[in-house]
Amino acid sequence: MAENKPIVIVGGGISGLTAAVEAAEAGCDVVIIEKSPYLGGRVAQLNKYFWKLCPPTCGLEMQFKRIKNSTNIKFYTLAEVTDIKGQEGNFDITVKVNPRYINDKCVSCDACAQACPAYRKNEFNFGMDETKAAYLPFNQAFPALYVIDKNACHPDCDECKRACKYDAVELDMKPEIINIKAGAVIMAMGWNPYDANKMDNLGFGKIKNAITNMMMERLSAPNGPTGGKIIRPSDDKEVKSIAFVQCAGSRDENHLSFCSYVCCLASIKQAMYVREQYPDSKAEIFYIDLRTPGLYEHRFLTKAQSDPNIAFTKGKVAGICEDPESGDVILEVEDIFKGTKVKTRFDMVVLATGMEPATKNDRSVKDVAYTPDGFVDTSAKKGIYAIGTLRNPVDVIRSTQEATGAVIKGIQSLRRQ
Amino acid sequence: MEKKYGVYICKGCSIGESVNIDKLSQIATKGMGIPLCKSHDVLCSPEGINLIKEDIQKEGVNAIAIAACSPRVKFEEFDFPGTITERANIREFVAWTQEPNTEETQSLAEDYLTMHITKLKKGDMPEPNILENLSSTILVVGGGVAGMNAALDAANAGYSVLLVEKEPQLGGFANKVYKKIPTGEYFTEPLIVDTGIENVIKSVESHPNIKVYKSSIIEKTEGQPGLFDVTISSNGSSETVRTGAVVLATGWKPYDASKLDYLGYGKKNVVTNIEFEDIAKKNNGRILRPSDGKEAKRVAFIQCAGQRDPNHLPYCSSMCCATSLKQAKYVRQDKDAVAMIFYKDIRTPGRLELYYKEAQNDPGVMLTKADVKGVSDAGNGNLYVEMENTLLGEKVKIEADMVVLAAGMVPTTRAPQEYLDGLTAAAAKGDDAKKKYIEETPKPDFILNLNYKQGPEIPSLEGAYGFADSNFICFPYETRRTGVYSAGGVKRPMDTTEAQSDAAGAVFKAIQCIDHVAKGIAVHPRTWDVTFPDPLMIRCTSCKRCTEECPFGAIDEDEKGTPFYKVNRCRRCGTCMGACPERIVSFKDYSVDIIGSMIKTIESPDEETFRILCFACENDAYPALDTAALHRKKIDPSVRFVSLRCLGGMNLVWVADALSKGIDGILLLGCKFGENYQCHFVKGSELANYRFGKVGETLNRLQLEAERVQMLQVSITDYEKLPDMINEFVEKVKELGPNPFKGM
Repeated sequence: MAENKPIVIVGGGISGLTAAVEAAEAGCDVVIIEKSPYLGGRVAQLNKYFWKLCPPTCGLEMQFKRIKNSTNIKFYTLAEVTDIKGQEGNFDITVKVNPRYINDKCVSCDACAQACPAYRKNEFNFGMDETKAAYLPFNQAFPALYVIDKNACHPDCDECKRACKYDAVELDMKPEIINIKAGAVIMAMGWNPYDANKMDNLGFGKIKNAITNMMMERLSAPNGPTGGKIIRPSDDKEVKSIAFVQCAGSRDENHLSFCSYVCCLASIKQAMYVREQYPDSKAEIFYIDLRTPGLYEHRFLTKAQSDPNIAFTKGKVAGICEDPESGDVILEVEDIFKGTKVKTRFDMVVLATGMEPATKNDRSVKDVAYTPDGFVDTSAKKGIYAIGTLRNPVDVIRSTQEATGAVIKGIQSLRRQ
Repeated sequence: MEKKYGVYICKGCSIGESVNIDKLSQIATKGMGIPLCKSHDVLCSPEGINLIKEDIQKEGVNAIAIAACSPRVKFEEFDFPGTITERANIREFVAWTQEPNTEETQSLAEDYLTMHITKLKKGDMPEPNILENLSSTILVVGGGVAGMNAALDAANAGYSVLLVEKEPQLGGFANKVYKKIPTGEYFTEPLIVDTGIENVIKSVESHPNIKVYKSSIIEKTEGQPGLFDVTISSNGSSETVRTGAVVLATGWKPYDASKLDYLGYGKKNVVTNIEFEDIAKKNNGRILRPSDGKEAKRVAFIQCAGQRDPNHLPYCSSMCCATSLKQAKYVRQDKDAVAMIFYKDIRTPGRLELYYKEAQNDPGVMLTKADVKGVSDAGNGNLYVEMENTLLGEKVKIEADMVVLAAGMVPTTRAPQEYLDGLTAAAAKGDDAKKKYIEETPKPDFILNLNYKQGPEIPSLEGAYGFADSNFICFPYETRRTGVYSAGGVKRPMDTTEAQSDAAGAVFKAIQCIDHVAKGIAVHPRTWDVTFPDPLMIRCTSCKRCTEECPFGAIDEDEKGTPFYKVNRCRRCGTCMGACPERIVSFKDYSVDIIGSMIKTIESPDEETFRILCFACENDAYPALDTAALHRKKIDPSVRFVSLRCLGGMNLVWVADALSKGIDGILLLGCKFGENYQCHFVKGSELANYRFGKVGETLNRLQLEAERVQMLQVSITDYEKLPDMINEFVEKVKELGPNPFKGM
């Protein structure tokens, strides 16, 4: 194929990466615009995928290898689209590339981080730990380049620059504006966890041992804040009894009106993390409907149900409170069948918060129709294709599937010209 | 090619502080006879790269060994097109994991450099193998929603498509459906809309790039990607056409309702969800019950009919909840009628939830969780639905005019796969059992009829109930038949919206495959790889291990039973190379001889110094080792890592040679196998483990302990514990003492 204008892919998560490597391997030129300092997006934060319980970094490694081997993929990290003009076959895209303060000479030797005196909250781990202001986003990050968080730096400090033997630190790096001509645009900005602070009754932010499902992924991951040990935030106690509150914000008109689809499978998976780590532990999942549609998905549920120490209770969690002495959490649950309320105590509770499409707040791509929930409508502008969780809450298989399919639409756009 | 060698050693990232660079350089200059050897403080810096580029330009260097960091990093810097470049990982495997400046550390770095220079010397510049008369036409099998969309997507991208449909008309199940759920905003009326299938059929049939074969089946598919010769049989006549790649979109069949008698099927007014569509369609939306043509006023829907049930379909077909909600809307077109839905869980994921909400807001739609226990006659053609554990009470009996069973999906590939699985099982019992099986078992209709030694259809995945799915979460189109991509209900239970986007993905992969074979490069996961297996057939003994073990069925056999490659089916994993006892399979840069020669260069300085050889899968174990190094984990300096494309390429001769030469222990690091295997080449690590199981013969011959060889299943996230696992193995070998063959 010899189309000369690239396909621009906004977002370098699993959907965007997949679209990029697939398009490149079909001979298209591709540019990825990624907001964060690394590629991989949300899945990079996951410990394991349901239902295979395999590590996402395995597939990411493969995608990164495909990028390395493709000469026709260009990617920008710390970059955001500020404007898209034009139409199918002839888009004019303005991108702001924010400074990394580290250039490509970085060899990831860690000297800058070791020299750095300042700390920052580690948002990759949802603030559960800290990194230095000069840091590697995570240990298998791609590109393998450090970053400096200027907001966390001490004023006028240049310890990192002095420590770097490779001339890789550039503290005066400035934002750059670049213009890209594109034939088609694929929107793959992904999703954000719904803000758990918005649900007063669930006590997130006030109750120390109430965490979100995405925090649970980090807490279980070998490269997470505890090295993969599932211990509770208040006192590092091993988590031997754990509750999962399904639909925390989802299927609720005051929060997210839709079902976030992945949360049932994610909670089952996370209950398995705990059960595997502590054979004497118990998990209980409070749900409205158990949504594990499909073959492997349903089998995954059946597997969890065969474990006598994973309980499934159909019931709505009315409220969560904390026992200030022990740090335990106490859930008040309405039993749907009996119509009664029951109180149960756990070491920790995981709120299965849902997915909010990134386009709920990020409207950098204009001329595209959005639903009230912030999803990109099916009838997006010609030449612009939205994929993955921008269209509907989906899992990784469906994201990669849709990303692959979007490429042929992109190619059609290029060939119509 | 005429090679002009250059060796470049980096001193940065503490390599210079760990290793004596002058001594290391002498390995190249004196040991390996390469006079052009340079070192640089920071080889990846623009100055360092220039050093190499100048030598390429001025000295004509075209075979480059770089001793620096892992090949996983600085890949853009160390990319020199037109050269063969080898990278010895002396940063991660030496400087970052070893005590600086010890004899063993130096020896390790020297061994890596020697090994990689050896590889450079043995290897050759690969040239693509491009076959002739390739076709870029796409064959789509199945003319339902998935197949038609696949055909349109390819045709609109400029490709010729052949669409083969078994039935006399296109459309598949969509033809039987009265209305569909609107896509987009669900809460805007109307909640049921026309399928528009006629327009899709019209677009397909009138598209200049699409040729439609109706009432047709595939009699035979012969060949390989780019060169599939497909015999299509239509109304008694056959035609053979050449196509480049195939999309399998033959969809699904409803579960055999006669098995649902426990839910009343067989009684007059009990119908399946598919039959219900037919009633609505035939009567233009009016729900007239079969027994007396009376308008049904109370329709009960029983969800998961024969699903989520180990005695029937143990899975969830995922589309039936939304289908029943839609069909409840058919009922509710009559404002006096009531629809009752009895479910286990309502599964309307994502934005479909809003569709469910609409139903909940409709007072004429009653929804309750229930365990349906049976359906019985209530007189006048009416029925009782008996159930337990409902929101209405513990034991409830409800009268309905009509009952709809939400029955599930069975992939069209299930019957052929079950037949073939049965055949394999019978064949394992011997020729008589196989013969008996063939005679006595009714043969179902096959779909692709692939003329492959390994069988006529896409190999089934364990526990997939015949669905032609991929085993990979990250790579949903990777089947075990290169150039054949499945989409829609044949692949996984899915609704028509998903089937459409799935079809786009599958047909795109087909296009990509065609593009790759035209360039002579591999498809996923070794895309861009121009090497290919080039066996020295003169030494082949027709043992057929390669034919059996190739995960992708790339090797067939001629009439005499001699294997031959269909190279475009090959994914370049090297499993055949590992399987071959005659060691005849080679790639230009990867062969039994190349790896064997690398291993042979490993020297033990004295009898007391241990040497361990470790084969690591380059996809998972190798990055885990790199990450361990990033964490500065210590690994015993006796270990030499050799990365393989896949452990499936591990040839036992390496093990035998290494042991008889005095290597003290051999470790394999491969991916998890068995259920939910993670090997990107299906079962490379499993095969390596199987072959390793046969290493006993060698050990016996050499009178060595079995503990000297071990295989570990590791994942990419095992970097924390991996060094300990390796060191533990080394300790175990050290306890056994040195290999007595050392120095012989």
